Amino acid sequence: MIGAFANILGRLTLNAFPHDPITIGGAVFMVGSFLAVMGMVTYFKRWKWLWKDWFTSLDPKKIGVMYMVVALVMLVRGGIDALMMRAQQATSVGASHGILSSNHFQQVFSAHGTIMIFFVAMGLMFGLINLVLPLQLGARDVAFPFLNSMAFWLFVAGMILVNLSLFIGEFSAAGWLAYPPLSELHYSPGVGVDYWIWSLQIAGIGSLLSGINFLVTIFKMRAPGMTLMKMPMFAWSVLGAMTLVIFAFPILTATLALLFLDRILGTHFFTAGGGGNAMMYVNLIWAWGHPEVYILILPAFGVFSEVVATFSRKMLFGYKSMVWAIWAIVFLSFTVWLHHFFTMGAGADVNAFFGIMTMIIAIPTGVKIFNWLFTMYRGNIHFATPMLWFLGFIVLFTIGGVAGVLMAVPPADFQFHNSLFLVAHFHTMIVSGVLFGDFAGIMYWFPKVFGFRLNERLGKYAFFCWLVGFILAFVPLYILGLMGATRRLDHYSASLGWQPLFIVAGVGALIIALGVALQILQFIVSFVLRDNTRDNTGDPWNGRTLEWSTPSPAPFYNFAHIPEVSTKDAFWAMKQRPKNEKDKELPYHDIVLPQNTGVGVYIAAGAFLFGFCMIWHIFWLAALSLLGIIILAVIRTSRDSHEQVVSASMVERIEAERLRGGEAV
Amino acid sequence: MNKKVKFSFIGLVCLAVLLTAAWYLHRTNLPVLEPKGQVGHQELDLIIFGSVLSLVVIVPVFMLLFTFAWRYREGNPRAKERYRPELDHSIATETIWWLIPSALILVLSIVTWNSSHQLDPYRPLASSAKQMNIQVIALDWRWLFIYPEQHVASMNFVQFPQNTPVDFTITSDAPMNSFWIPQLGGQIYAMPGMTTQLHLIASHLGEFNGYSANISGKGFADMTFVAKSSTPGGFNNWVRTVRQSHQKLSEETYNKLLQPSEDHSVIYYSNVQNGLFDAEVMKYMVPGLMTGTDNQLRITQRTSASSHQSHSSTYKSMPGMST
Repeated sequence: MIGAFANILGRLTLNAFPHDPITIGGAVFMVGSFLAVMGMVTYFKRWKWLWKDWFTSLDPKKIGVMYMVVALVMLVRGGIDALMMRAQQATSVGASHGILSSNHFQQVFSAHGTIMIFFVAMGLMFGLINLVLPLQLGARDVAFPFLNSMAFWLFVAGMILVNLSLFIGEFSAAGWLAYPPLSELHYSPGVGVDYWIWSLQIAGIGSLLSGINFLVTIFKMRAPGMTLMKMPMFAWSVLGAMTLVIFAFPILTATLALLFLDRILGTHFFTAGGGGNAMMYVNLIWAWGHPEVYILILPAFGVFSEVVATFSRKMLFGYKSMVWAIWAIVFLSFTVWLHHFFTMGAGADVNAFFGIMTMIIAIPTGVKIFNWLFTMYRGNIHFATPMLWFLGFIVLFTIGGVAGVLMAVPPADFQFHNSLFLVAHFHTMIVSGVLFGDFAGIMYWFPKVFGFRLNERLGKYAFFCWLVGFILAFVPLYILGLMGATRRLDHYSASLGWQPLFIVAGVGALIIALGVALQILQFIVSFVLRDNTRDNTGDPWNGRTLEWSTPSPAPFYNFAHIPEVSTKDAFWAMKQRPKNEKDKELPYHDIVLPQNTGVGVYIAAGAFLFGFCMIWHIFWLAALSLLGIIILAVIRTSRDSHEQVVSASMVERIEAERLRGGEAV
Repeated sequence: MNKKVKFSFIGLVCLAVLLTAAWYLHRTNLPVLEPKGQVGHQELDLIIFGSVLSLVVIVPVFMLLFTFAWRYREGNPRAKERYRPELDHSIATETIWWLIPSALILVLSIVTWNSSHQLDPYRPLASSAKQMNIQVIALDWRWLFIYPEQHVASMNFVQFPQNTPVDFTITSDAPMNSFWIPQLGGQIYAMPGMTTQLHLIASHLGEFNGYSANISGKGFADMTFVAKSSTPGGFNNWVRTVRQSHQKLSEETYNKLLQPSEDHSVIYYSNVQNGLFDAEVMKYMVPGLMTGTDNQLRITQRTSASSHQSHSSTYKSMPGMST
């Protein structure tokens, strides 16, 4: 360590920059796109707008949009990783060793998993929650707006760290959960695992802060009259997920910290020798990792609950059952972690216990599926694109769920564990459950945020590409698992006969890529043709919950008048009542909202610098950035006023303009 | 008309894909579905049982999904008269779908409990033949098989007689790996400083592929081996061949094997130092045997230590202690 202090830049030398052509290509592409975006912003003189209106904004809708943008860009990055993996496995057979070296391939799949879970799925989830939750609760803001902004920027800092490893140093090659002893210094001496640790550590703290924020928002910010049992199902599912965040993420933070201590101070928490136990790490990481799956999927379940009710034009079936199912899942998700490693050799009693607990989770999940199906029963179903994502979800999720129940039987799992069957299973659950749900949510709530609907035709094409591509990409993996193909292979013998299936899987991945391209095209086309799909009513889908009661795009204060709630599906009930003329004559009041602030950005920048310096052992600068973070936090908390007042007359003017504008278009 | 053409085209494509898939699967090996030993058979039976039981849920879900989607679609003229917007709960039906899955899971739980014990990898297999012990060490990135009774060892190749239960005692002197011979039965982790046990038996003659199912670094993908089940006579012949090898496995030659290697050739060792396997497990446990300060797993002088290691086979992996 003394040696590290001797060098002012720690381990960072010119050798850290990429050498091999594919990495250079990737780095050049990423730097190039980054510079192109910067250039465009500069050319159109949008920096000030970007900073004032977006980066420093505490408006959850804007933060939500920023989450979405980051997550969708990361979806492309993680998708390119996936295509590289498919290309490698389709070609690296027998005498050929494919396009990537084994170490590079291992970095690619480690990055793919890390990015897809932490920066795509988490980003889409927090994005949707930011966009929708306050509106659904009839609130003007979240409970802690500044914390929200800081959490988002910490997420961005983690995201930048992951991507920075592409051109400064390397990424972890130890898989997305970096099991020791492979991830210990002895076997992974480079900076890769440190990049992994610090990007997740920083993003993870952001997630924990968000979890606290949304939990308090739900408990304290609901509109008058909205008791918990009158909340929209999305809000319930967010409440469940955020409870999990609060209990699970500290485990992640502690586990990552211990692994880092092993790597930097030579402690022996998880080392192979010296009294360490790698299986302790495996237990801890899954004690976070399994709830994490439900953290991602519960909000997506919430989206489906809203979508299926709205497009079936019926109330959600079995509301109370749904609430109980959520809480059963929340509780059970902490009792099943060992099913990720039945093959560790725990005794039969332990394995059987965790196997049975795992199966029990299938019960509330099954109940939710039947309730969604019976929401359609005697409905009047409009098959807009979000509803198609729902149908695709039910089909794939049920099949994936059955594979999951099979793997919950420990002796059967001995034959599936770490094979491509497992890989196919969890992709089925997370893609159909989480991604399809988030895509449905984006289609569904897009008009509320931007004031126009997304193009339906392109949306449907994208959906069918995803569905067909997914089946082609992952059914071969189920079969390959039964053929004995393990996960993470950068090469295999020709005599095994696996290649045709890997090629089919590659074709499937390309079709999914086409689906993503269509989704991007959908955003562009919908923006260009936005006048055709403009939503002047604020209620484009004949919605049921409060977010549809305010105009589209929702004003920055969400509601000119805080709505009063007396039933669930509050807006649907309002629409059924005869029009009450008095509503319009309500006087406007001053609205207090938080002022914009850049402190969240600065703190996250400090966290980024801190992480970067810890990775490269530049300890003096790490200490300085930590000090900077503390000073910023002190300054922020010791200021008296963070609020601005939107005067009643201002609100009146905005509302009047909106009415006029609405009629004119 | 146009729609008809479109749908029949899609139907034909799907049919062609299914037929190609069926033809392909017919002529390919699916080791997990074609077990060659008792353990693999019982695990396959469980997989089939679970799949069939799941149909009780899958079939109704798919039927309800497509029926409801079709019957209550907006375009259906009769959907309007069937429309019941306020139908939002029914205690009777909801009870059904809390209870039916619960009943299914109850059945599956009993099967899970029994099978977990019956197919516990630590449990010796019932057989008239005498059990054989083979010690397995996962190295970077090779598999070393030690035959303590025969005092021989073999790299990347393991042979045993047909219909003889084999007790694999497994450890790793590298990152964690997972020991898997799909046609004989499921896997178990190989972990440094710990041992796990896996009991397998081959009912057929043949050569089966073995894999490491857990990533262990650069050369992990090709860390495969062949497991051969032969007649008892064939096995004895093989042991005789191995005994003729010039290579011997001592502490010293073993330590050379700790250098990472992607050489997958088969190596035979005619003589194995007594207690070598136990010593390699225990070196992680005994502080004096490792210089642990900088995470280097370097082995220091061991002359005195290895002698009191010979009886250390009682040390099981921590989680396995109970069995």
